[in-house]
Amino acid sequence: MTDRDGQRAYAGKFRKSWAKLKRNKAALFGGALLAVYLLTALLAPALFPGSPSAPNLMMSLEKPSWEHPLGTDELGRTILGRIIWGSRVSLLIAAGVVSVGLFLGVPFGLISGYYGGRVDFGIQRITDMMLAFPGFLLALALVAVLGVGLKNTVISIGISMIPIYIRLVRGCVLTVREQVYVEAARAVGTKDFRIILRHILPNVMVPITVQTSLGMGTAILFAAGLGFLGVGVQPPTPEWGAMLGSGRAYLFNAPHVATFPGVAIFLAVLSFNLLGDGLRDALDPRFRI
Amino acid sequence: MMEKDRPLLSIRGLQTRFHTLDGIVNAVEGVDLAVYRGETLGLVGESGCGKSVTALSVLQLLACPPAEILGEIRFQGGNLLDLDREGIRRIRGNAISMIFQEPMTSLNPVLTIGEQIAEAVRLHQNLSKQEAWRWAEQMLQMVQIPSPRQRAKEYPHKLSGGMRQRAMIAMALSCNPQLLFADEPTTALDVTIQAQILNLMQRLKEEFHTSIVLITHDLGVIAEMASRVVVMYAGQVVEEAPVRELFKDPRHPYTVGLLGSVPVIGRKSKMGRRLQEIPGMVPGPLETPEGCRFHPRCPEVMDQCRRESPGETVLGEHRRVRCLLAS
Repeated sequence: MTDRDGQRAYAGKFRKSWAKLKRNKAALFGGALLAVYLLTALLAPALFPGSPSAPNLMMSLEKPSWEHPLGTDELGRTILGRIIWGSRVSLLIAAGVVSVGLFLGVPFGLISGYYGGRVDFGIQRITDMMLAFPGFLLALALVAVLGVGLKNTVISIGISMIPIYIRLVRGCVLTVREQVYVEAARAVGTKDFRIILRHILPNVMVPITVQTSLGMGTAILFAAGLGFLGVGVQPPTPEWGAMLGSGRAYLFNAPHVATFPGVAIFLAVLSFNLLGDGLRDALDPRFRI
Repeated sequence: MMEKDRPLLSIRGLQTRFHTLDGIVNAVEGVDLAVYRGETLGLVGESGCGKSVTALSVLQLLACPPAEILGEIRFQGGNLLDLDREGIRRIRGNAISMIFQEPMTSLNPVLTIGEQIAEAVRLHQNLSKQEAWRWAEQMLQMVQIPSPRQRAKEYPHKLSGGMRQRAMIAMALSCNPQLLFADEPTTALDVTIQAQILNLMQRLKEEFHTSIVLITHDLGVIAEMASRVVVMYAGQVVEEAPVRELFKDPRHPYTVGLLGSVPVIGRKSKMGRRLQEIPGMVPGPLETPEGCRFHPRCPEVMDQCRRESPGETVLGEHRRVRCLLAS
């Protein structure tokens, strides 16, 4: 179906949100920073040809210089190169984690909020149980069960995020569910499944989008935390948290080893958070001026 | 009127209760109602008298629990209350449809008008997406929306209140239902648009042979549209009459009060120059008075009214009243 007018109406909404986002300097900065990270991850082989993990013990713990702008680590590997390649790992983890959270959390949240009653009670008590643990602790416990490595890092952190999505989506569904247009849809005989998918889900997309952006920041932080503790992504894969962890031993004689990965983590999380906050302000119709 | 016909919808002893933390709320208590083919039945009463709940009970659009619907609702030879979820879903929109009071909120803001109507069509009819879309455009034309092809592609926020109510009517009538519940369809619209929407409904009723149950508190609308009127008070039917007889010769003091509270230009009120009012308020659902439910507000209250709950007195065909004065 050609839908140009509709698209234009939608584009109008989009333009308004974009205009609002543009006025928000912090969000713009977050977005730009994120774009830099994305480009870095995409262009890693061009920016830093060769393996970031090949040791060169002759050059171990070098201070920043022209040859190694951010210095080298204990095995003589260029820290800049490892940060560049590490952005791939971190962004991959971020995307994987929110996918797990979205694909499992959103459906359960929708079902819980829409049907209510016993179904809701059951889902919410399980959610309560998961939320009783601090998110990071839950991820850590899951890693202990599942084992270390990239895949298990994604799964554990992803699972620890599911209850957040369930709660968020359920809360939003509870308000949308009572809207007259949902009742009207029911009055023309729409099936529950269709009501959820066509009438409710699109109306709760905004908070989900915002949570996804913020969740990516948290995911990177959690992954770095697991890496730092040595139970996340395993060496020699360049991962910021693990780099931070290994640099800890040389904090006094070679502080750059731990500092620069820390800055990379900080800026990545910051970019997601600023963008998420900006998206919330721009997309939330209540804040629209 | 089509007295010979069997009623299209016949409600007997309908009871709708809500189980709340404060106790059981009887929103509708023992309502009997019949709707005949091709007629417009007016359902009148103050806010909270159970008009809307009656309609929602028929389509079972109330969440059960907390709601509980008892009684019998006969339609197409069966009892709607015996149907399972899927059974009642097939009825909704297809055989019985409903339009709501708030045209501003009864359309989904993220779907185009055409998508919403086409979706309603495809729920009950085996049509392709293109066919359903064309049908939606035709329906928009039927309800006299200008340039329907353009409007079908637009989102609800671009339409005015009157246009949205037209779109809602198009959606409700898209599967040619036999019965349409119109719950205060014009209350949220301004007066000129009200007249247009009412004319439209009248015309479509004749075109589609749809029966309409018009729920309203606006007696002007009733006078214009309905052939028969059922007056409700505090969850009960207090009077039923053909529209002319009701306006000419209201039997229940509540109906008299309702009619007296309508301003008529050029008419002086019997009590002087002031518009009459019904004293007091509708009793809350948890504090239903004993005896006749209207007695605390009734100007003609007798001692008997405080003790005895009046039954229905049949005064003739389609003429009944729940008042001790009439019995």
